[in-house]
Parts: sequence; C-alpha cells; structure tokens
Amino acid sequence: MHELGVVSHVIKEVETVAKENNVQKVISLTLEVGEVSTIVPELFKDCFEWSKKRTELMQECELNLVILAAVTYCKDCGETYSTTKHGKTCPKCGSKNTYLITGSEVTIKDIQVE
Amino acid sequence: MGNNVRTILLEKSAFADNDAEADALREKLKKEGVFLVNVMSSPGAGKTSTLTSLINRLKSSYKVAVMEADIDSDVDARSIAKNTGVESIQLHTGGMCHLDAYMTETGLDAVDGKSFDVVFLENVGNLVCPAEFDTGACLDVVILSTSEGDDKPLKYPLIFEKCDLVVISKIDAVKFFTFDFDKCVENIRMRNPNATIIAISNRTGEGIDALTTYFTNMINKWKEN
Ligand SMILES: Nc1nc2c(ncn2[C@@H]2O[C@H](COP(=O)(O)OP(=O)(O)OP(=O)(O)O)[C@@H](O)[C@H]2O)c(=O)[nH]1
Ligand SMILES: [Mg+2]
Ligand SMILES: [Zn+2]
Ligand SMILES: [Zn+2]
Repeated sequence: MHELGVVSHVIKEVETVAKENNVQKVISLTLEVGEVSTIVPELFKDCFEWSKKRTELMQECELNLVILAAVTYCKDCGETYSTTKHGKTCPKCGSKNTYLITGSEVTIKDIQVE
Repeated sequence: MGNNVRTILLEKSAFADNDAEADALREKLKKEGVFLVNVMSSPGAGKTSTLTSLINRLKSSYKVAVMEADIDSDVDARSIAKNTGVESIQLHTGGMCHLDAYMTETGLDAVDGKSFDVVFLENVGNLVCPAEFDTGACLDVVILSTSEGDDKPLKYPLIFEKCDLVVISKIDAVKFFTFDFDKCVENIRMRNPNATIIAISNRTGEGIDALTTYFTNMINKWKEN
C-alpha cells in the first residue's frame, strides 16, 4: 500500500523536526496534497491514524489535508488550465505539448506544537 | 494549555528524507565501487527475463547479485537463481507498492552488497510510485514492452523523466500489437531528451548485445573514479 509508505516518511520528517525543536508534543500537522499526486486522501488519513499511535510525539496529532488543484501549462499557446478537467490536451489550442506545473506534490507545510 | 503553542514552518516535500537517504546510499556505493541498478516496469513487462538475459552475459566479467522486491512471493528470486546461477534474494516489501532507500539499503546489507560489482534491484511492478521514491541506485531503468502500447510515456510521465535507460522489450511480438516504434521514441524524448533507448527481445536475443555493451560501459565508468 502506497499511502502507508508516504505516511511513514512524513512522520519521520515531522518527528525529526519536532525533536530538533525540543517539542513536547505535536498538536496538528498541515499537509498539502496535489490533486494528481499518487495519494488517495481517505486512505492516507486511515494510514495516518494507524501510524500516529506508534509515534513518540504525534499520538494526538490532528491531520489537516489541503488538496491543491492541478494546473497544466501549454507550451504552444501559453494557456494554463485545470489538469483534471482537460488532461494533456490544451482546451484553447488542442496541443498536447503541455506539462504539469503543480498538482503532483506532497508537501509538509507546518506543524503546531507544544 | 494554549500559551506555549507555536507553529513550526516546514514547507518540505514528503519525499525529502528519502531523497537524502538515497543520496547518502549512492555516495557509499560509489566509495565501495558497487553499481546498483533499479529496474522498474509494469507487471509482466519483462524485468526478470531481461535481467536473466543480461546477467548471463555479464556474470563472467563481474560479480553480480539480484534483489527481488515482490509483494508476496519468491518466484522471481528463485527463477533468477535457477536461470543465471548468481546470488539472488527476496526483499520483503510488507505489502508496499514501492521500495524506498531504507528498504534498499536493508536489502544490500542482507546480501552483503559490497562484495559485488553489480547489484540489480527488481522493483515492484508498477509505473507510478517507484518513480517518486529514489532507491539510491546509480542507474534507473524502465522496461516498456511492445504489448503495453507506445503511449505509456505520456500516461506515466514521471517515471520516464527520471530514468537513465528505457528498454523496449518484446520486439519479437511487435506485429501482434499496435505499437509504433518511432512514435514511442518520440514520446520518450518528449519526457526525457537524454535517456538511452535500447530495443530488445528476450525470445530471439535481438538487442542483448547492445544492452550488454551499454551496461559494461556504465559499470566500468562507475568503478573508474
Ligand atoms: N515474446 C516475448 N516474451 C517475453 C519477452 N520478455 C519477457 N517475455 C515474457 O513475458 C512474461 C513476463 O516476463 P517477466 O520477465 O516475468 O516480467 P516481469 O516484469 O519480471 O513480471 P513481474 O515480476 O510479474 O512484474 C513471461 O511470460 C516472459 O516469458 C520478450 O522479449 N519477448
Ligand atoms: Mg519479475
Ligand atoms: Zn507506492
Ligand atoms: Zn494551447
């Protein structure tokens, strides 16, 4: 299962930062997830709930998942458009010479700590 | 509660720690002179068959080992051992659909990686998430079989962007499928102008010479400096 692997990387990262900052506990975590990333939000939440019980500082940590819209850029006409609506084909000029600008990332934004 | 609550900004990719571990592993492999190859593809594209063809050519010149990352079986590890005679182990991915640098390093320790010239890692069959997790390999290979269609580089851009070599496999069977070779090369180039592309057949042996030469050069270059 993919989400569990990503969750374990996120937890490792957060716990490292928390320890560096002499944190007692992590209250919440905000994670930005691109619309076309490989993460399924519901699965991710389940994996997070399961995994946090096995951590030192994140036992009570609340997870805020922010979904980030995916945007594609057309190299031929310069249009930017919604990836999930139109895919690889530019809705303005029909070109397939396009690439994803945002939407595939999984970013740890911030944590609230005590 | 409340008065000593504060926010720490991270603004960091979830894959950052894995990337750092992977870089550290690559550096270690460089020092030890071990060439680690990460082989990725869809299920059944020909990872095990291609490794078998290649290893049978390389094994007289190099000490080779194989790590097989199957979700739940050891079929491939046994097949490699039987058909090439080289050391092969099964990595337990614990149901995970990809390998990360930590799992790879654990596998290398188990096989005593530093006593080999080349270690091949057969990643889990899937074109999506192995692309996101750098294993620490010195060379990333994607195998694309003619039965999958020439449009795969468009559908799975990341894995084609990140690889060093694309092997087009099962070219003996190309007539049975709608696979346009030039179109496929063009689609790969759109994602990755620098990747080497080699077409092979594990059935007829076509292209295996070119593949062997490519690997010989890459291994020697890695061990040189
Ligand atoms: N005709 C033809 N068949 C091939 C070729 N390479 C592999 N095959 C066949 O394709 C099937 C799958 O090959 P494998 O090498 O097991 O593929 P794999 O990618 O390791 O498969 P998984 O580990 O299950 O993901 C087998 O039946 C092979 O005999 C080839 O070049 N030509
Ligand atoms: Mg296999
Ligand atoms: Zn995965
Ligand atoms: Zn356009």
